[in-house]
Amino acid sequence: MLKGHQTWVFESKPTIIASAAVGGPYEAKGNLASDFDLLHGDIRLGQDSFEKAEQKLQEQACETAIKKAKMKKEDVQFLFSGDLINQIVPSSFSARTLSVPYLGLYGACSTSMEGLSLASLLVDSQFAKNALVCASSHNAASEKQYRYPTEYGSQKPPTAQWTVTGAGAALVAAQGEGPRVTASTIGRVIDMGLTDPFNMGAAMAPAAVDTIEAHFRDLDRDPSYYDLIATGDLGRVGHRIAGDLLIKHGFNIPKEIFTDCGVLIYKQDQPVVLAGGSGCGCCAVTTFGHFLNRMRKGELRKILVIATGALLSPMSYQQKESIPCIAHAVSIEI
Amino acid sequence: MEKFLWAFIVGGLICVIGQLMLDGLKLTPAHTTSTLVVVGAILGGLGLYEPLVKFAGAGATVPISNFGNAIVKGALKEFESSGPIGVLTGIFSITSAGVSAAIIFGFLGSLIFKPKG
Repeated sequence: MLKGHQTWVFESKPTIIASAAVGGPYEAKGNLASDFDLLHGDIRLGQDSFEKAEQKLQEQACETAIKKAKMKKEDVQFLFSGDLINQIVPSSFSARTLSVPYLGLYGACSTSMEGLSLASLLVDSQFAKNALVCASSHNAASEKQYRYPTEYGSQKPPTAQWTVTGAGAALVAAQGEGPRVTASTIGRVIDMGLTDPFNMGAAMAPAAVDTIEAHFRDLDRDPSYYDLIATGDLGRVGHRIAGDLLIKHGFNIPKEIFTDCGVLIYKQDQPVVLAGGSGCGCCAVTTFGHFLNRMRKGELRKILVIATGALLSPMSYQQKESIPCIAHAVSIEI
Repeated sequence: MEKFLWAFIVGGLICVIGQLMLDGLKLTPAHTTSTLVVVGAILGGLGLYEPLVKFAGAGATVPISNFGNAIVKGALKEFESSGPIGVLTGIFSITSAGVSAAIIFGFLGSLIFKPKG
């Protein structure tokens, strides 16, 4: 049911009956290592290309989630997945392996919550009994596509972020036990004219703020309703900007409940990640791994995840276009 | 000993210029290095780079700006000995060791290591 301008309220509260997170070597050294179902020491995962490795990450995340739900892949009715690579081939190729009716998504790093919103909508409207959501990113594959080959050794400023190597999957169903999706706020594309791809957090922060404001306005809710409000991958720089903007707009979210997946995922003493994690996999593994685990343990009861995405391409950056950004918020309760 | 000090200072200053181009002027790494090559070539052509090399040694020859200087130096040298065609044949005569080394060691490295990105 539509509430306000842009928020869907799912009356049947579709359930996340199972979820899984798969990560790479830097994620294994991070804060959330124990929340991963599978961690790989080799960024290639034994494949001969980084793109194939990312496909493998998705396959493993999906298969683990299906197995945890004690289902077979034939039982999964629909698959929503996305990633950052050209023409989202890792998603489409892993959908080929799973051979489940598939809708590919591109929402940059907002894909996990875009997918979770659509899967919940599908289940809530009774167009499906269940739907699987998956989002992934791969550090080396993204570096190759968006930036310079790493061998070139070009410097990055401290505002740059580190693309997470990982995939997160969640299985949403009409019936079952687990955290439930209660509402989604679909974001607008916001462009404040920033052009620096090495400071994506700052570019995405206004989009996150816009969606957070819309969510509380549409549902007439106060931030204190939630135990945790997490942005997707703003990193240390963008998260602070988002916090400042929210205070300016009169939203006082307590510091202890306002966090960011890109800040949480890595340790402070991992200098290679600079301002923190980014990529579709960042919000996906943190939400579908860490946050949902904490909810199942009873540590969190109501959370709001705002996945943020920078909708640029290497071409648009080379043509000196600014970086349009988006954010989708999903409310999960248990 | 004094030579080492000047090599350190001059080489360091060239790197500072490069860093300022990256951070201050927001140039890409490729634009920064090619600008330094072009500046080195112009200074070499005007005969201003050679005194710097004499003064600071490796401080002036190791940075990428010397690549531009060496290209021009080779072209001018061949121009004197074999005329206009020498500009074309001479461009890489001095720098050929550096260029060939990059190719050969790059090839050898690729046989042993796997790329990380």
